[in-house]
Amino acid sequence: MEILLEGVGYSYAEDTPFEKRALTDVDLHIPSGSYTAIIGHTGSGKSTILQHLNALLKPTEGVVTIGDRKIEAGVKAKDLRKIRRQVGIVFQFPEQQLFDETVLKDIMFGPLNFGVPAEEAERRARELVVQLGLPEDVLEKSPFDLSGGQMRRVAIAGVLAMEPEVLVLDEPTAGLDPRGRQEIMDLFHELHLTKKLTTILVTHSMEDAARYADRVAIMHKGRCVVTGEPAAIFSNEEQLGDYSLQPPRSVQFQRDFEKRTGLLLDSVSLTEEALAKNIAAALSKGSDDR
Amino acid sequence: MMEKMIFGRFIPGDSLVHRLDPRAKILFVFLFIGIVFVANNAIGYALLLGFTLLIVFLSKIRLYFLINGLKPIFILLIFTFLLHLFFTREGDLLFSFWIIEIYEEGLRQGIFISIRFLVLVFMTSILTLTTSPISITDGIEILLGPFKKIKLPVHELALMMSISLRFIPTLMDETGKIIKAQMARGSDIGSGPMKERIKAVVPLLIPLFVSAFKRAEDLATAMEVRGYRGGEGRTRFRQLDWRLADTLSFVLLAGLTAVLWYFRT
Amino acid sequence: MNLDILSFENVTFTYDTEDGTVLPAVAKVSFAIQPGEWVALVGHNGSGKSTIAKLMNGLLFPQEGSVKVMGHTMSEETLWNIRSQMGMVFQNPDNQFVGATVQDDVAFALENNGVPHAEMVERVHEALHQVKMADYKDHEPHHLSGGQKQRVAIAGALAMRPKLLILDEATSMLDPQGRMEVIETIRRLRESTGLTVISITHDLEEAALAGRMIVMNEGHKHVEGAPKDVFKRGDELTGMGLDLPFAMRMTHLLQEAGVGLQEEHMTEDKLVDELWKYYSKA
Repeated sequence: MEILLEGVGYSYAEDTPFEKRALTDVDLHIPSGSYTAIIGHTGSGKSTILQHLNALLKPTEGVVTIGDRKIEAGVKAKDLRKIRRQVGIVFQFPEQQLFDETVLKDIMFGPLNFGVPAEEAERRARELVVQLGLPEDVLEKSPFDLSGGQMRRVAIAGVLAMEPEVLVLDEPTAGLDPRGRQEIMDLFHELHLTKKLTTILVTHSMEDAARYADRVAIMHKGRCVVTGEPAAIFSNEEQLGDYSLQPPRSVQFQRDFEKRTGLLLDSVSLTEEALAKNIAAALSKGSDDR
Repeated sequence: MMEKMIFGRFIPGDSLVHRLDPRAKILFVFLFIGIVFVANNAIGYALLLGFTLLIVFLSKIRLYFLINGLKPIFILLIFTFLLHLFFTREGDLLFSFWIIEIYEEGLRQGIFISIRFLVLVFMTSILTLTTSPISITDGIEILLGPFKKIKLPVHELALMMSISLRFIPTLMDETGKIIKAQMARGSDIGSGPMKERIKAVVPLLIPLFVSAFKRAEDLATAMEVRGYRGGEGRTRFRQLDWRLADTLSFVLLAGLTAVLWYFRT
Repeated sequence: MNLDILSFENVTFTYDTEDGTVLPAVAKVSFAIQPGEWVALVGHNGSGKSTIAKLMNGLLFPQEGSVKVMGHTMSEETLWNIRSQMGMVFQNPDNQFVGATVQDDVAFALENNGVPHAEMVERVHEALHQVKMADYKDHEPHHLSGGQKQRVAIAGALAMRPKLLILDEATSMLDPQGRMEVIETIRRLRESTGLTVISITHDLEEAALAGRMIVMNEGHKHVEGAPKDVFKRGDELTGMGLDLPFAMRMTHLLQEAGVGLQEEHMTEDKLVDELWKYYSKA
């Protein structure tokens, strides 16, 4: 499903002494089936944008088009439930939204709200728990008896159980330990590919953006300043610097390596694995040439 | 709607009123509430209104924001006005249509009560708009100081108040986040029949309570580790400073009282 | 004469559980921290490191063994005196901010210890300068970033002029910029004052900056030593859910890709150096 933002502006507490502008004239196109990373500093407007993607916020200027629905500034939007079902959001620290007596009931909360029959909702919950690497007996436990990492997985299952077509992820791995981070990001990527989801990842991690996304948008002071492919964006260190961002570690290392040895690598190394391969190739080619 | 509401909020600034000692401002408002009842005729109420507008002017709060921000309260005001207008049956009959009869006294009463209500709301709003909540807490703690003698836990109350104030924005943010997270999971908040609405509150309240308890626990730990052992032997970082302007504000108030008394009938 | 600033001697602690399973959260752990050291205590979630933090500040007392701080055994009697000499910064930046504004929060511990007003003002000012937050002294917490709040928390500890600063997962909820701010602040403090620091963390990049690492696993002290020696255990650490620093991960990946590197590298500079040598020799 495609999402299009045209000239979108948003102010919190409009028309009061506390008015605060969060977005200005944002144009952003998220093609169906793409994996888009939205990067930028804290306070750049990333989290305000993501709330526009399923009409939790309505723009105070401009138009947001979600699939075939238009949300326009100043026009009352009715029945947003369909959008909410199609666009699932995993918020930052999603374990804070858990509330039900058992894990099973909590995961079923979303689907039941959208009118999915109970048996179907339960089937999804059982499947997802396994997919997220949780032991099956957690289903009958209280979510509040689980460890932090397990709670996170349950909360993610609660969103996935709605079977959205678009999945919006806001720092989904913040605060997890390294192993948990990797497992969860890999799972999202796998779902993106197998279920042909449109995925939007809001993140501080340039490494995750470079590894998983096929498109990157940079937010800066409430504006969407650059969009493009990861290789182009992450190799332009000067531009990133303008928005106080740094390239991923692997790209930084590639730069240092090239400077020191004078060898140029074949492509921008968006992951550590690619970097190792590129360096190995350059070294053997470099020594063959001499 | 709620975010436009300014009753009870604080707008930082540097006006004469902002700089007054919180103790002075609290006492001032309390005395003013009493003084309002001295007025009992048109001149008196005009003076009160004028005095209040003068204070608004001195506080440099824009009247537009004040009126816009107090809209919900105006509904109450209009209601009170109409109540007096229609149900007071004294004085000459001014107007009569079908079952509606308006008497002179009703109109008079309606206007006076409305003004009284208005000046009280304006004055208390000015207090909170120009004084940070923590200063108000400081002011109250010191003003209540003498009650420590009768074992009123003044320090603990003030600390409770200041911590609650400190956590209001944090908890408001959190409430907003949880509402949005549950809305994104299809929970319908604020629509449908009453029973559905009550059911929709559970997914909000439970996470909020869980998190508030967690915060309270963390905070207690942090306070204990930083050596908090109750009010005894504590010193105060925040000091208040009573200046000439504070004393003068009471002179001004005394002047108002004298004039009101003079015109009283 | 005992010179240790903090020491654990054979400490064991077990939580009471309802179902009666008794697995000690911390089992027979001993270590000692000398003045001026920066020690990182690492381990994945559930390794016992947060219990150790609670034992350090007297929120828990050991069931066996003893915890000593500056020569005094931690007990109900010595507790408050010990606490006034150590500062502690916790994980959640919001849940430890007591004051209404930055300077109020920094003054909190001073108020509790009855420091006179004039001295308090001076110490608050000094502490805020040390963490570069002096320009924010009147700000309210909800207008600060996570990293700024943690710096204020550090200032709150510094105002007490402590002998020891403990960071209990203090960077784990921050964004990369906030994490950098906090680490940079600690580094600077160590340079200018030589303050003893214990950082409890699961971020090995952060731990690599410390002089010594203590790795916890399932309640036991797994290994202790200089970061570069500890990181040599590579797969053993990743098996425990920990991550290696970037340069070490790259070293391994390059070796797998057939680049015959001789050494394990902790920093990118060193790794680039060896790659350069490798290339010029080839």
